Amino acid sequence: MAADVTQEPLLEMRGIVKQFPGVRALDGVDLDVRAGEVHCLLGQNGAGKSTLIKVLSGAHQPDEGTVRWRGEPVGVSSPHDALRLGIATIYQELDLVPGLSVADNVHLGRELASGGFVRRGDQVEATRAILERLGHPEIPPQREVGRLSAAGQQIVSLARALARDARLIVMDEPSAVLAHDEVDNLFRVIRDLTASGVAVVYISHRLEEIRTIGDVVTVLKDGRTVGTGLPAKETPTQRVVALMTGRNVEYVFPERPGVPEDAEELLRVEGLSLDGAFRDVSLTVRAGEIVGLAGLVGAGRSEVLETIYGARKRTAGEVRFRGRALPAGRVGPAVAAGLGLAPEERKSQALLLGEPVARNVSLASLTRFARGGWLDRGRERATAQRITSDLEVRPADVDRPARTLSGGNQQKVVLGRWLLGTTRLLLLDEPTRGVDVGARAEIYAVIRRLADDGIGVLLVSSEVPEVLGLADRVLVMREGRVVHEGPATELDEHRVLDLVMADQKDGQEGAPAA
Amino acid sequence: MSESVESPGRGDARAHAAAEVREQEQARVEAQAAAAAAAGRRGRLAGVGEIRNIGLVVVLVVLAIIGTATSENFATADNLRNILVSSSVIGVVTVGMTFVIIGGGIDLSVGAIVALASVWATTVATQSYGPAVMIVCALLVGAGTGLVNGLLIAYGRLVPFIVTLAMLVSARGLAARMADNRTQLVTEQRIKDIATADPLGIPLLVIVLAVVAVVGWVLLNRTTFGRRTIAIGGNTEAARLAGIDVKRTTTLLYLLSGICCGIAAVMIIARTTTGSSTHGNLYELDAIAAVIIGGTLLSGGRGTIVGSILGVLVFTTITNIFILNNLATEVQNIAKGLIIVAAVLLQRRTTRDAAT
Repeated sequence: MAADVTQEPLLEMRGIVKQFPGVRALDGVDLDVRAGEVHCLLGQNGAGKSTLIKVLSGAHQPDEGTVRWRGEPVGVSSPHDALRLGIATIYQELDLVPGLSVADNVHLGRELASGGFVRRGDQVEATRAILERLGHPEIPPQREVGRLSAAGQQIVSLARALARDARLIVMDEPSAVLAHDEVDNLFRVIRDLTASGVAVVYISHRLEEIRTIGDVVTVLKDGRTVGTGLPAKETPTQRVVALMTGRNVEYVFPERPGVPEDAEELLRVEGLSLDGAFRDVSLTVRAGEIVGLAGLVGAGRSEVLETIYGARKRTAGEVRFRGRALPAGRVGPAVAAGLGLAPEERKSQALLLGEPVARNVSLASLTRFARGGWLDRGRERATAQRITSDLEVRPADVDRPARTLSGGNQQKVVLGRWLLGTTRLLLLDEPTRGVDVGARAEIYAVIRRLADDGIGVLLVSSEVPEVLGLADRVLVMREGRVVHEGPATELDEHRVLDLVMADQKDGQEGAPAA
Repeated sequence: MSESVESPGRGDARAHAAAEVREQEQARVEAQAAAAAAAGRRGRLAGVGEIRNIGLVVVLVVLAIIGTATSENFATADNLRNILVSSSVIGVVTVGMTFVIIGGGIDLSVGAIVALASVWATTVATQSYGPAVMIVCALLVGAGTGLVNGLLIAYGRLVPFIVTLAMLVSARGLAARMADNRTQLVTEQRIKDIATADPLGIPLLVIVLAVVAVVGWVLLNRTTFGRRTIAIGGNTEAARLAGIDVKRTTTLLYLLSGICCGIAAVMIIARTTTGSSTHGNLYELDAIAAVIIGGTLLSGGRGTIVGSILGVLVFTTITNIFILNNLATEVQNIAKGLIIVAAVLLQRRTTRDAAT
């Protein structure tokens, strides 16, 4: 099954660069994939894995670099091109049409048809043959896809890739939606595929999975290939983690003055649960304290924030703010009590992109600028002006639409929304996502300053150094549970990654803090 | 930033001190703010809404030229008054519709609500209580049906299209049943007078439209309710996470639209001196069309009252020109359709430009 290393690579990517405004997502990535191998891509969140597979699948065009397919230089300028070459991508959110049958989905875009009429019988037969090849003859080709389980839908996605004679299948965290025995099943399918010469690029955060199914590993970090051709089964965990964490970008974190002993306890969460997301989470945040929630995407951290905030309705547990219980599933009372949320997706969850900056700042506290419902726009604008100049939002023009600001400045606008007076506890979800390195330091300084002024902060970030560098206390979450809690200074990046990847190894404690 | 932790008016000395600091701070930035405001106004003048409003004014001017050229009766005071009066009823409905659409919804039931309110207010029983009760009755019917729409949409989590479609069908059905499929005549002279009164030489109906439009403009541009409406239509999730009570505001939007329909019902009763289940037929489409060509995004989050009123005027002027020239309504409808498509194409282009 293991690929012959001497053989010509099926896919050769060299020096791939992809630049987004303010962020160099890929900065010279190399990737070789050979026929019949399972090639694992590893890297922390933001290392460039997603961007790389989007380049590979034709969704993004690289700014620099070459792609060779079966030895020939090719341009993949659209998903259609990629499919024609034989590169199929199975995304985390499956791109199936729930209202169509399995057979229709498998042949979507390449229907078996005569004169515009779909040859349903032929499609069903072809689909049945492919499903059998995948070892899932129990899935009826005529069943509506929306009525299949997540695992079943994944098989349909695979079947679709095979129906197009894919030679390379990219799977982005395929196990994330699957139960344990379903993962075994998926692995069996992958082994069958590679035995017939199909190459698989497999992305996962779970090291044990990579050891089970992978042949070789490529590690990405900060948009670069830092390790390639590593044997998946033999490379020591420590080496993989070291490759993933060794950093070029220096983060500048403000000093931690420490939280006074007598600081008021602002938030007390006990036994908080949300079905399907997280279970039995308990935590406290004191005035002036920054508490970090570390973990992987999908560990339930954002859901914890949103549930505390009332944007999701908890299924169990209690949230107390300054001693008073907050009602479940209601944002209004939480905001009134003094909570503020800077959500993960700035554009879709926080901003009115077409509206001026001033109105985005005042959005959560309109009543403060109004008397009997009548807005005092002068005061609104002046206050927004004061807040944004305090936070050094650039350009310093509160009449600009929020859309025209960079990610870092948009984030400052969202933060500014909660600095108008009554907010005592800030819930920050990935506050530096899509923010370039320079603006990050500014946002760190703002967060620290708020804490120093007595505001409590509950911080979620997928960037481990950020949590460790900014927070006073850290909770590590894995698969909906808190697996570790302690002062940030007693943790380092290796230890956190070990905890979140559930590849428990002893003997790594005591390393110097990152 | 320490002062931002305290809220003013808590009564303790620290809060007062903090408030003072803030006021000084405010004064300091006020000067900057004033300078920036001037720049901002210039910027806003070039904003998308304004450009298109200017475009609509140009369209109106062109229509006026065409009207004057094709008919000697067009450019007369009587005809101008005619156009404005014909715009008044649908104009009031359109103001309510503008709010609903900016808030990200749609109200298909406006015509039916006008019909139901007109019937309910003109039953023999209602008329026996006199003109004031008739007016209140129409307003209450409009408010009640609008409230039902709003509650079903906001708290029942139903799609606005479905809810208001159901209201369209059932309100008109109820109106027909109440009126027993007959046209109810108004006997009360003071109600009829509403249509003919013209204080200061301006028809009362036009004054009503002007008042509704001004109140609507103020509500949208100067109050928290208006701001919340724009926020909900522009990004519901952001509004919700900012602590805005989305359900309450949504309910109020349909209530407002219903009240506008109630006002329109009183106006139509006065104009026609009847209450009928066929009043307000296809008003929903006329109002939506006016709102759309007025530059309001059908997806919500952006729009203007002025644009909507101009949209209404464009449609009534076209109708007026066609009537003056004795052209068939079929041709008139074709022209309206073309204008709607052209306006939306223009709208898409300007929003795309604004996005880049």
